[in-house]
Amino acid sequence: MSEKERTLSQSAQELVERLQELSDNAAELALEAGDVIAQSGNNSDPFIITGLTVFVLACFVGYHVVWRVTPALHSPLMALTNAISSVIIVGAVIATGAASSSGFANFLGFIAVILASVNIFGGFIITKRMLHMFKKKV
Amino acid sequence: MAIVSSLAYLVASVLFILALRGLSHPETAGRGLTYGIIGMVIAIVTALMSPQVDGWVWIIIAIAIGGTIGTHIAKTIEMTSLPQLMAGFHSLVGLAAICVAAAAFYSPETYGIGTYGDIKTLSLIEMALGLAIGAITFTGSIIAWGKLQGKISGKPIVFLGQHKLNAMLGIALFLMVIMLCLTGSAFWFWTIAIIALALGVLMIIPIGGADMPVIVSMLNSYSGWAAAGIGFTLHNNLLIITGALVGASGAILSYIMCKGMNRSFLSVILGGFGGDSNSDRAAAADMGDKNANIGAAEDAAYIMQNASKVIIVPGYGMAVAQAQHALREMVDLLKGEGVEVTYAIHPVAGRMPGHMNVLLAEANVPYDEVFEMEDINREFAMADVVYVIGANDITNPAAKNDSSSPIYGMPILDVEKAKTVLFVKRSMGSGYAGIENPLFFEDNTMMLLGDAKKMTENIIKAME
Repeated sequence: MSEKERTLSQSAQELVERLQELSDNAAELALEAGDVIAQSGNNSDPFIITGLTVFVLACFVGYHVVWRVTPALHSPLMALTNAISSVIIVGAVIATGAASSSGFANFLGFIAVILASVNIFGGFIITKRMLHMFKKKV
Repeated sequence: MAIVSSLAYLVASVLFILALRGLSHPETAGRGLTYGIIGMVIAIVTALMSPQVDGWVWIIIAIAIGGTIGTHIAKTIEMTSLPQLMAGFHSLVGLAAICVAAAAFYSPETYGIGTYGDIKTLSLIEMALGLAIGAITFTGSIIAWGKLQGKISGKPIVFLGQHKLNAMLGIALFLMVIMLCLTGSAFWFWTIAIIALALGVLMIIPIGGADMPVIVSMLNSYSGWAAAGIGFTLHNNLLIITGALVGASGAILSYIMCKGMNRSFLSVILGGFGGDSNSDRAAAADMGDKNANIGAAEDAAYIMQNASKVIIVPGYGMAVAQAQHALREMVDLLKGEGVEVTYAIHPVAGRMPGHMNVLLAEANVPYDEVFEMEDINREFAMADVVYVIGANDITNPAAKNDSSSPIYGMPILDVEKAKTVLFVKRSMGSGYAGIENPLFFEDNTMMLLGDAKKMTENIIKAME
């Protein structure tokens, strides 16, 4: 067996072990989540299950989509993901505008909307600037 | 109404996925960006329409303030400062996450997760998670920004018991989350915030300047996980999906960067490796009796003009000297004389993923002349001249044949296979890892000592 093959099989072995670990963890997590739901009885909150499902699936989608991004565009990728991670502005907008919230919560929301807006505008514009450079072909 | 807003958030999520998908090729990237912007507009409008929102005035004012600042920064920033800009932006996501978590803590009724002081346990856990990750992202990014900007020394700051302290703080954080769940008191909420803020600082200070590509990617990832944590708290699928996308993206970039340095993620996080790349350590003593060929701009110009194939290898030094425009001018002259010129990019060249590609694109270098390491490494043997500008360790053959070298095993660009290697460097100093590059003393290597930009400009003069 050549050295390359050996390292390959080693890393495959490692990968298998890690996956095993990961699936064990996931199983534990699922059990725990199940317990929590069971304990909370009538006040049970099914959102955690929906949320976890959505979360895990989105991780897979992200994994596959991001591996297809060409390395040349890794900087724009970072700028763009930075902009869209500021989607927490959704929570901030609700906190700012809700009359049901306390004044302090309104204020925190207001600050968060400013911060997220800096990111959203800044992130999209810097991405646009970068992509514009890649477009110019001579 | 709830159904309509859920559907609108779903549309926004799909648009965000398509935005990332667009980046698979420079030709489709512009369309991807448009999808991203539309997705964000849909998300914000949907939030404004939600039944809890009673007034728009303050929201619009906040967006106007933030938008103006963001637009100004993005339009005026130099492309060479991109890594610190990204670090700065990540810190804002972290701080925003802290604010939103706190808002949810003080007014949980707004999000239907309980009443103040009596929030559902599960929601408290989610909230604490979003808060802690947000706080770590916030201070960690500020430290990373300071290091990249040169406000804080790029040298790793290490002290005795550092890892123990971090581990203890991590455990303390975990215990405090339990306390928060048991008591639901604001005291524990803010204690979690303070501990996490401290942890963010302590995690990033031991990390050296050259490991920054991994750290910037990692903080990118954290900003995503923070958003996902807030999404769980607020029961919002859009935030969860987007957070997961961003988190996965940052994690993949960190992995690619680690692979480019042949270092495990853990060893980067533990820190202590490498120093301040801006300080040229005096290596005169290390040189011993070995002699390097020191050349002048005229020699370099002559050699390149008589070559038929030249490969350019840019590194962080090019960014520091802002030499990309001069470089492109030089290449134009060479092309005018019928010389074939291409560019070779190492995955960890620069201070963030894709840094060199952006700088070259800024100087109008067509992207199809720029190649990644695995696509161009074979070509070096056929090249007459390699022009290494501001790079060092990524060309060091010790990584291949000296098992005692700290960078042994790191994939490198095989520049030593070319007929002639021209090295533009400020001094004979070693690279970030303090490792001597044996390539400097090879017979077919010529050192061009000086500022990358000035040297390139002098070569241009000599060519004309």
